[in-house]
Amino acid sequence: MKFRGRVWKFGDDVNTDEIIPARYLSLADLSELGRHVMEGIDPTFPSKVKPGDIIVAGKNFGCGSSREHAPVAIRTAGVACVIARSFARIFFRNAFNMGLLILEAPEAAAAVLEGEALDVDTDQGLIRNIATGQEFRVSPVPPFMAELLRNGGLIAHLQKRSVACGPLDPSNKEPGKGSR
Amino acid sequence: MGMTITEKILAAHAELETTEPGRLIEARIDLALANDITLPLALEPFRQAGGTKVFDRERVVVVLDHYNPAKDIESAQMLKTCREFAREMGLTHFYDVGRMGVEHALLPEEGLVVPGDVVIGADSHTCTYGALAAFSTGVGSTDFAAGMLTGKSWFKVPETMAFELIGRPGPWVMGKDVILHIIGKIGVDGALYRAMEFTGDGVGRLSMADRFSIANMAVEAGAKNGIFPFDELTKAYVEAHSSKPYVVCESDPDAVYAEKFTIDLGSLEPLVALPFKPENVRPVSEVKGLRVDQVFIGSCTNGRIEDLRIAVHILKGRRVAPAVRMIVIPATPKIMAQAVEEGLLEEILRAGGAVSTPTCGPCLGGHAGVLAAGERAVATTNRNFVGRMGHPESEVVLASPAVAAATAVMGVLAEPGEVASWEGFEA
Repeated sequence: MKFRGRVWKFGDDVNTDEIIPARYLSLADLSELGRHVMEGIDPTFPSKVKPGDIIVAGKNFGCGSSREHAPVAIRTAGVACVIARSFARIFFRNAFNMGLLILEAPEAAAAVLEGEALDVDTDQGLIRNIATGQEFRVSPVPPFMAELLRNGGLIAHLQKRSVACGPLDPSNKEPGKGSR
Repeated sequence: MGMTITEKILAAHAELETTEPGRLIEARIDLALANDITLPLALEPFRQAGGTKVFDRERVVVVLDHYNPAKDIESAQMLKTCREFAREMGLTHFYDVGRMGVEHALLPEEGLVVPGDVVIGADSHTCTYGALAAFSTGVGSTDFAAGMLTGKSWFKVPETMAFELIGRPGPWVMGKDVILHIIGKIGVDGALYRAMEFTGDGVGRLSMADRFSIANMAVEAGAKNGIFPFDELTKAYVEAHSSKPYVVCESDPDAVYAEKFTIDLGSLEPLVALPFKPENVRPVSEVKGLRVDQVFIGSCTNGRIEDLRIAVHILKGRRVAPAVRMIVIPATPKIMAQAVEEGLLEEILRAGGAVSTPTCGPCLGGHAGVLAAGERAVATTNRNFVGRMGHPESEVVLASPAVAAATAVMGVLAEPGEVASWEGFEA
């Protein structure tokens, strides 16, 4: 996949309460989450961000809660991908499961400035800063997660597998009995 | 090569003899947990994957604790969706108003988690059960959906960091201070993707309540799980609360650790985490006097009976300062009943505090104590992010129940010793 996008820059330890504050967690329509994305840091962000834009952040992006509303809010705002020095672990898993592209690229995260445009090539694992010509490597995705992505996320992956082995583990069929 | 307790539990659940950090495994899960915020998001993926029933109705737990009793029409609708699903699936362990408590205080109390278990929960503080020598970690709704359907989940076996606790905690030093000290030292991503294992003689000097508080906040250092060794105290707790069989795992003497730290419990003093990160830790003695509008004692971190006891020891015979609102939320109905029996709630009411029914409530800015712009709370909770308890211009200071209670009396951030005497307190 190749695309070009404009950068919105954020700092270290961006947390899930900043990405989508808890007051929006009872919104029944998930597509509305995007209208409040990053409000905890910049209340004007939802009105500024455009489809195809890229979020670039420092370390530990997405720390805090396990709410999947966070990657969903970013995705429904139309953000093409999040590039960070590192990601918090639950957010990392959730992003893959929810189909939000995230790229660990410490050098890009440090060098890129707000407003710059990037060319991202996920097949080559390369990010290119159009203004400066600088190129950055993306940390490789673990093979299992690459397989998840190829299969279209965790649920599609499960559907594929359930044909082969069935959704139930026979050792756990009897309610209340330990399976150890 | 030796294995850590985390590696052993994961290997056993993946039907492997051994395993090592970095390995991707698919493990059997003993319990999958969700709440009223995360369950609704799991329903679509569950159905999409062909789900018509859960893998084991004894092993899927739903606790409606975040916005319950319903705070508004939208949350009422979400709660209704959760109830209908729980009934449709015939879940044995479904907890609603009256039986519901803050999930991570409730599950151990109900005996649902035992040593050696693998637990996933669609709530980041699921790591709390590591206090019971179990592997327990937070996941998102889709991972939970997959877990409740298949009874399995995939994990990357984490590296382990060892925190050797030595010495004996001094007066007013609680589990909360221990974990704040650690997060202050290593930072909010200091244990990213890793297991935090607590070892050493000091563990035996920490109550189960202290251990729950410590394991609870492992995620605030970025950890996958926090875990304690099994000892006599664990045994007594588990056998008092559960009749489930359990497996004791312990780290080998030659287990490999990514990093090791030693923490002298005797050197600690009451601490707080100032806004806006849990790593922003200072001794109370250095920052006392800070103006406070609200004090909240409760949550999965510090809403247990031991927490209420130490708070009441400080509050007893005193009054909450006029400009401060003190809200106390016992974490579960049993804790609340026990607090009634011990006369703790009466003392809180006499002191001018408010008591609410069990719920996560204000911890995540949900209800029952949301903050306005410019307000500051001292809370026994686990996160002090921007806007965590309400308005983006409000502030949360994280503290132990002892510091919170002293602050309520003084009207400003205060040390427990300024208000009460440690002598005569028996937790």
